[in-house]
Amino acid sequence: MTDHAAIAPSEARTLRSYIYDPKIRAIFFQILTLVIVVGVGWSIFDNTVANLARSGTASGYQFLKGRAGFDIGASLIDYSSDSTYGRAILVGFLNTILVAFFGIITATTIGFIIGIGRLSKNWLIAKLCTVYVEVFRNIPVLLIIFFWYKGVLSSLPQVRDSVKLPLGMVLNNRGLAFPRPVWGDAAWVIPIALLVAIVATFFVARWAKRRQMRTGKQFHTIWTAIGLIVGLPVLVFLAAGAPLTFDFPIAGRFNLSGGSVIAPEFVALYLALSFYTASFIAETIRAGIRAVAKGQSEAAAALGLQPSTTTRLVVVPQAMRVIIPPLTSQYLNLTKNSSLGIAVGFPELVATGGTTMNQTGQAIEVVSIWLAVYLSISITTSLFMNWFNSKMALVER
Amino acid sequence: MNTKNLAYVRPEMIAPAPAPLSTRSASGWIRINLLATPKDAALTILAVALLVWLLPGMINWLFVQAAWFGTDRSFCTTAVQGGIKPNGWSGACWAFVGDRFQQFMFGRYPLDERWRPMLVAILFIALLVPILMPKLPRKGLNALLLFVGLPIVAFFLLHGGVFGLQKVETPLWGGLMVTLILSFVGIAVSLPVGILLALGRRSTMPVIRVICVTFIEVIRGVPLITVLFMANVMLPLFLPTGWTIDNFLRALVGVAIFASAYMAEVVRGGLQAIPKGQFEGADSLGLSYWQKIRLIIMPQALKLVIPGIVNTFIGLFKDTSLVSIIGMFDLLGIVQLNFTDTTWISPVTPITGLIFAGFIFWLFCFGMSRYSAFMERHLDTNLKR
Repeated sequence: MTDHAAIAPSEARTLRSYIYDPKIRAIFFQILTLVIVVGVGWSIFDNTVANLARSGTASGYQFLKGRAGFDIGASLIDYSSDSTYGRAILVGFLNTILVAFFGIITATTIGFIIGIGRLSKNWLIAKLCTVYVEVFRNIPVLLIIFFWYKGVLSSLPQVRDSVKLPLGMVLNNRGLAFPRPVWGDAAWVIPIALLVAIVATFFVARWAKRRQMRTGKQFHTIWTAIGLIVGLPVLVFLAAGAPLTFDFPIAGRFNLSGGSVIAPEFVALYLALSFYTASFIAETIRAGIRAVAKGQSEAAAALGLQPSTTTRLVVVPQAMRVIIPPLTSQYLNLTKNSSLGIAVGFPELVATGGTTMNQTGQAIEVVSIWLAVYLSISITTSLFMNWFNSKMALVER
Repeated sequence: MNTKNLAYVRPEMIAPAPAPLSTRSASGWIRINLLATPKDAALTILAVALLVWLLPGMINWLFVQAAWFGTDRSFCTTAVQGGIKPNGWSGACWAFVGDRFQQFMFGRYPLDERWRPMLVAILFIALLVPILMPKLPRKGLNALLLFVGLPIVAFFLLHGGVFGLQKVETPLWGGLMVTLILSFVGIAVSLPVGILLALGRRSTMPVIRVICVTFIEVIRGVPLITVLFMANVMLPLFLPTGWTIDNFLRALVGVAIFASAYMAEVVRGGLQAIPKGQFEGADSLGLSYWQKIRLIIMPQALKLVIPGIVNTFIGLFKDTSLVSIIGMFDLLGIVQLNFTDTTWISPVTPITGLIFAGFIFWLFCFGMSRYSAFMERHLDTNLKR
């Protein structure tokens, strides 16, 4: 603007020059957009208020304190039909987190195996992995959920014909029942032992790294860590007199009693999400590994590193930089897709929220809760990943 | 130069070495590709074992034992379940798919009127195939007919109520027809809206940028099913009292909004890959903003992100199956609806129906991804200097 003014003094400007001034135009268009958006928003607000008043629905979040009156099949916390709507939605949220957590672990494992398998020099393995990816990523995830639910899991036997599995587990159409551990009085020392072991491992690792830096001597940190983290709690457990009994499931004629049950709805959703997302993760992994230049592994070989060491210290750290951003978005996709549990009746956030919405008619409030929860999951994950990414990013000197 | 007396130069020819292990013969191929190392051999044995364990059972269930013909459930059930098959039988019930095929394609569209969706399908194919073949001319006219002409014609043909056509309400629409309409409209709306949103996100005007970023991030941050619920229960609340909005239209709005936000991010990726010099070059030629975008930037940016655009299309096509949750009968919805039909109820019906629906979805998605790979190669050769 300053050099513009130097060429054409401001008193010489005509109306025409104002119309064609990009700055003035920008301001005009922004004001126009703002007026349109605010106008549309206000009319939506106005219509909504009128519609709600007409249907007699009270707005606000007071309904969350009301009695829910519906049962939820699977819950991580205490819940009965006398609990509040707020608690029902909380149960749904915890179930969403539960299925996302286990789904992410399984999908990552399968995805890594398939992705590396596709790069294998073994023709048969590479082709099998390709078939897996091409099949699963071209079918809707909802269909895979139904496939597990209707096709496989509902063909399980009735309660009275339950299949007995080892370790006291029982399989039937109510799900997989397994012995529930019942901890004794002295059990509180075990988590403390675990905590102590983790802290000790941390210090051992620090000491080992310093020593390696100073003297070049290596220390088997991994084995020490496993020994500490597994061994110490086990020792304490035995020393405390093994304060643990099991509540075994018993299959009656019509009903199961005792033990804990993994519902078929959970298993169908969990397996479908894992298998579906794994095909996308496999492609991400493959692209990441192929993005590492061949010269890197050749140079590592020239330095005398073994193939396994090359993979661990040279290829994987560089591939991770490429892999992490798309991998994060796959994790988010899995979490969002867990909302399809509603289709098979798994009580996650959208399902319990949907029931609440049907019973109370508080559509806007329930939708706002959904938006808030999913958006905060997305934003938290992307903030964490941005931080992680900036730590992993190539430091250019 | 005399080389005969140099001790380190070999005076006589080496005897020819035996031919290297043939890579052409079958055994050589197997040795290199399947048994290169002991680990490879072990993996091969494992894979073969897996195939031997899975394949014969699958082929047997899908084809050999399958019930290919029949008119009701008795053809797909065992004697105990009230059918004609021997006890312990299990196999695919293709007779069910054959019997309900028309329904899977058109839903509950009136029988006498099914020539109308057929005609739309023929028009669609006739316009789609030439636009997919890069060699054929007149792409602009073709695109105009496909994305503007066809939707108008299709609406009047399918919905009827004019020109003496019987009116067919949208709740009667269903099957693959609904899946294709939803995805087609989603694709046709999401590309232009996505481009506008991506431009808005890269705009220098703060108000427009904030609006676009908010829209994109909110929609991308939530699952499609919540967007569909929003469209389904909140859209009627937003409209003035007395206005109603068709259920089908609500789902269309939800799908289109969702796809647009994803498309915007794909297009933004392309815009960011265009060097600054292209923008500056266009500016220095005196092109206006829209001329610059239309003639210089977009052709390059879109070419770069064709794989991403097609992936979004594939995702959209798969995601349309979610409308079955809000009570519409797309391909997956209508297949599911038939599980409870007493004429065909049997233990093998659901899984057969799901395999059929899965195969149809797979055909479309796999076709799209193959076409995108072809297009990428085609455009790549054009760029070679």
